[in-house]
Amino acid sequence: MHHWFMVTLVGQDQIGIVSKITTALYQGGCNLGEASMLRLGGNFTIMMMVDIPTGGKDALNHLLQPVAKELQLHLHLDAIEGLLHHHQVPNVRVSVHGADRAGMVAQVTSVLANAGLNILALESDVGGNANHPFYLMHIEGIATAGILALEEALRSLFASQPDLKVTLEPIETVVM
Amino acid sequence: MLNILTYPDPRLKNVSVSVTEFDEKLQAFLMDLEETMRAGPGGVGIAAPQVGRLERIAIVDVSSKPKISHHGRLVMINPEITDWDGFEMGREGCMSVPDYTGNVIRATKIRLVAQDKQGVSHEYSMEGYEARAVQHEIDHLDGLLFIDRLVSRRHDLFQRKVYESKKGT
Ligand SMILES: [Zn+2]
Repeated sequence: MHHWFMVTLVGQDQIGIVSKITTALYQGGCNLGEASMLRLGGNFTIMMMVDIPTGGKDALNHLLQPVAKELQLHLHLDAIEGLLHHHQVPNVRVSVHGADRAGMVAQVTSVLANAGLNILALESDVGGNANHPFYLMHIEGIATAGILALEEALRSLFASQPDLKVTLEPIETVVM
Repeated sequence: MLNILTYPDPRLKNVSVSVTEFDEKLQAFLMDLEETMRAGPGGVGIAAPQVGRLERIAIVDVSSKPKISHHGRLVMINPEITDWDGFEMGREGCMSVPDYTGNVIRATKIRLVAQDKQGVSHEYSMEGYEARAVQHEIDHLDGLLFIDRLVSRRHDLFQRKVYESKKGT
């Protein structure tokens, strides 16, 4: 029987976070599923699917809490349905960059959502320097209402935000 | 219908040997291989090691895809890429790697020498979708899968065919 949890860990970046966390899980008999581990603004962030065969949330908490404490990480556990082997394939990629300003992600993603974009992955970064920051975002998703609808939507966004650089690129997956 | 080996089957990591006999057994195998390819989820390419036959044989047929240049059904025996030009990122999947797709950089244009099912050598120039399929299949003959060549989304500098919204339109 599988008992999947989404484990979230956040804290100041340091060497050894991943190895110490995953070693504790391995020694506790857990299995790992899909995960995203990333340094964001000096913090190290982990979102990871963990399957603990026996003991449930208490047992998982018991395994992770000492390591999280040692590494000064915030730990959060959510019971989830662990849906492995059901990847969705993106068919469109949208890249956006421009001078950083309030509301940019909200505006772009609202326009895209209204035109039927289901976001599968979004990665964004702030570059430049403190005086002239720029914002950069890569989105992969499924155009549920077609790619034309997204193109139309971005065109109207452009009319009001001419300094944004937005590219939309269909992703063709060749399966062989 | 032949059985498709799936990763992590170690046979997918072998380097296949050249074909020397263009006999009836080969013709029968080619028919089975094509049938297996057409039954697959993508159906545009297959290589012999994917069905456990470690010989340098592959078939590609991208003719179902509209508006691209192609060579129809291409049976490639002992294929070799002799020239590469340009590179672009594209997303690939593989019958031998179920439930996973990923971004891979391939040459945009290639020149290819391969024997046909009778053993006659031909030279082909190809690009885009077909060239990608051929490079993917030849990798199988060298024991390589597309997951050996993945590039991260995060470092996607190689955009192709960009549909850019024009200012003010
Ligand atoms: Zn393949």
